[in-house]
Amino acid sequence: MLWLDDLTCQSDDFRLRADLSLAPGGITAVIGPSGAGKSTLLNTIAGFLPPASGRILWDGDDLGPLPPGKRPVAMLFQDGNLFPHLSVERNVALGRDPRGKLDADTRATVARALARVGLDGLGARKPGTLSGGQQSRAALARILVQQRPLILLDEPFAALGPALKAEMLDLVAELARDQGATLMMITHDPEDARRIAGQTIVVAEGRAASPQPTVEVLDKPPPALQEYLASSA
Amino acid sequence: MADRAQPVRAGAGIVAAGLVAAVVLGALGAVFWRAGGGVSPGPADWAAVRFTVLQALVSATLSLVLAIPVARALARRRFPGRGLLVTLLGAPFLLPVIVAVLGLLAVFGRAGWVNLGLGALGLPPVQVYGLHGVVLAHVFFNLPLATRLILQGWAEIPAERFRLAAQLNLGPAEIRRLLERPMLARIAPGAFAVVFGICLTSFAVALTLGGGPRATTVELAIYQAFQFDFDLGRAAFLACVQIALTLGAALIALRLAAGEGFGAGLDRPVDRWDAATWPLRIWDAVAIALATLFLVVPMAAVAVEGAPGLISLPASVWRAVLTSLGVASLSLVVLAALALPMVAALSTGRRGWIDLAGLLGLAVSPLALGTGLFILLYPLADPAALALPVTAGVNAIMALPFALRILVPAARGVVADHGRLGAQLDMGRGPFFRLVLLPRLAPQLGFAAGLGMALSLGDLGVIALFANHEAATLPLQIYRLMGAYRMEAASGAALLLMALAFGAFWICDHKGRARAVA
Repeated sequence: MLWLDDLTCQSDDFRLRADLSLAPGGITAVIGPSGAGKSTLLNTIAGFLPPASGRILWDGDDLGPLPPGKRPVAMLFQDGNLFPHLSVERNVALGRDPRGKLDADTRATVARALARVGLDGLGARKPGTLSGGQQSRAALARILVQQRPLILLDEPFAALGPALKAEMLDLVAELARDQGATLMMITHDPEDARRIAGQTIVVAEGRAASPQPTVEVLDKPPPALQEYLASSA
Repeated sequence: MADRAQPVRAGAGIVAAGLVAAVVLGALGAVFWRAGGGVSPGPADWAAVRFTVLQALVSATLSLVLAIPVARALARRRFPGRGLLVTLLGAPFLLPVIVAVLGLLAVFGRAGWVNLGLGALGLPPVQVYGLHGVVLAHVFFNLPLATRLILQGWAEIPAERFRLAAQLNLGPAEIRRLLERPMLARIAPGAFAVVFGICLTSFAVALTLGGGPRATTVELAIYQAFQFDFDLGRAAFLACVQIALTLGAALIALRLAAGEGFGAGLDRPVDRWDAATWPLRIWDAVAIALATLFLVVPMAAVAVEGAPGLISLPASVWRAVLTSLGVASLSLVVLAALALPMVAALSTGRRGWIDLAGLLGLAVSPLALGTGLFILLYPLADPAALALPVTAGVNAIMALPFALRILVPAARGVVADHGRLGAQLDMGRGPFFRLVLLPRLAPQLGFAAGLGMALSLGDLGVIALFANHEAATLPLQIYRLMGAYRMEAASGAALLLMALAFGAFWICDHKGRARAVA
């Protein structure tokens, strides 16, 4: 279980408060106006930003002292999720052995993961030779071999077209469910949330609200979200 | 971003920077200590100071004044070979000084091409030794550099400004007043300071084209204090003077910073509707043609004069080739060992004294540094036995500022782009360095390595202080052959050295680029 215990995130002169918990295994959308602090929240959980105050607990353990790589977190960023000079296989293998070793065992795991995301046989290619959708799949394959219980998505599919994005969301939901992982995903699009997220956290006006069922949030949005949803509709 | 979220650490970089600082400051300390022994400077010393400053002022002024029309012409003209010419402007930086001197002698020397022509017309010959020879060589080296620096200024004027000027029907005079003069006022002082600083530390040019009481630079005087009198106290005093001069010029140049002339985008001309008139076209064509001739003819002369000597090179030259390759390779290893950890440390955006230590090479002259090292090592070992490793080390320290300028901005880009992912994957600094930073920096590493190799191969400085008659690098051997009036062998060796320097640069640069993948 993820527990944000009276957490204050801070980035430059901007603050966000969060006091909430997420039950394990679900998919949670994080929605709110641009600049409200959605990325700041995820970056703080992932360990890229130190909290201004409060604690981040995973199954009762304080994540505060841990660097990003030692946290139970796998994260996909908006861009730069693959090293462009390494083959897809090596990129994915880094999720299992960050020192870059590629033994037979790792190769087999990577091959299985690539097959799982539909990239069978493309392991030798460089990311630059793949389409946008295939690059997303490769990044998901790495998430798969990382085997971390908490997956954070900071809009990694934002650059894809609507159909492809939906396909990726379905795939990521499926992978998370198979792994029993907890998934948090930032989105701008209420339809994304409806599609895969059972619950939604609204981030607005300096506060990250407790998760509510997505259908309720979107059908009866709180005032802070109304304006944003209206303007994006 | 929190420091723990960075996949690179500063530890090794701090050690490397500390090592550079210790060597340079230790050598300076030795110089000051030795100079404190009550050496009273004579009139010859002050003459050297006056000459050093005078020739640097004249060289920098001429380089700048001549560079402006060339840069303007390159900025506003397109023609086949323009890109090649801009690349060629970088060549003198790699060209060993002794090679250029031989080329200039072949063209402007007593029996050179120019004097042959003048003689055929019944005119008196031109003289290349002394102040004007030194200035000629310095302009040869620094006109291209100044042109590149100023061209960068032109390239930084947004194309939209020229479009707007064309829309308003502004003529060349208005454009000069509104766009070009303000740019030059911003760029030229820095370019002047850079060239002035380079000319202040001139040794090999003064050694070969200057000399005598009326054309001795401070660097040359240091060498003479060693060579003729073995007067360490006087050498140390002169080294102090040189350090004060270099440091002063370096501080001024840093204050007026003008970029480093390695910049990209210089091969992109801008549409200039104002310059389409015939007089301006002819003016630009003349400027470009003269600059190209001035640049290419001496290098061609090296090839023409050197080719006959190539077949009968003395064995001493081949030994010197091996020595030079050894020194340059060792220098490259030292450069890499110093630069890579410093680059890693600086790649997180950290500044301060690591940066400063990297610049120390610009603030001391090679011979002042060499003097200090000589004073430190002399009581411990035979300096001649240490000539080659000391030369390699000094070459590395001198190349370090350039290597850092090339590598650090690119490394910052790599960490900004991929640092988060590396941290997310728990890569740790070793794997990140090996798997991400080095491969991503391949083109810059190749370029910096090529520069370091070429500079070391062509260096004629510290080696002259330390070497005895047995050991010699190729530039020193060429100088000795010149001194023995064996011009054919010297020219052949110079052609070989030019090929080695350019070849080493090309191989490294090419390898780096080939490794670069999208």
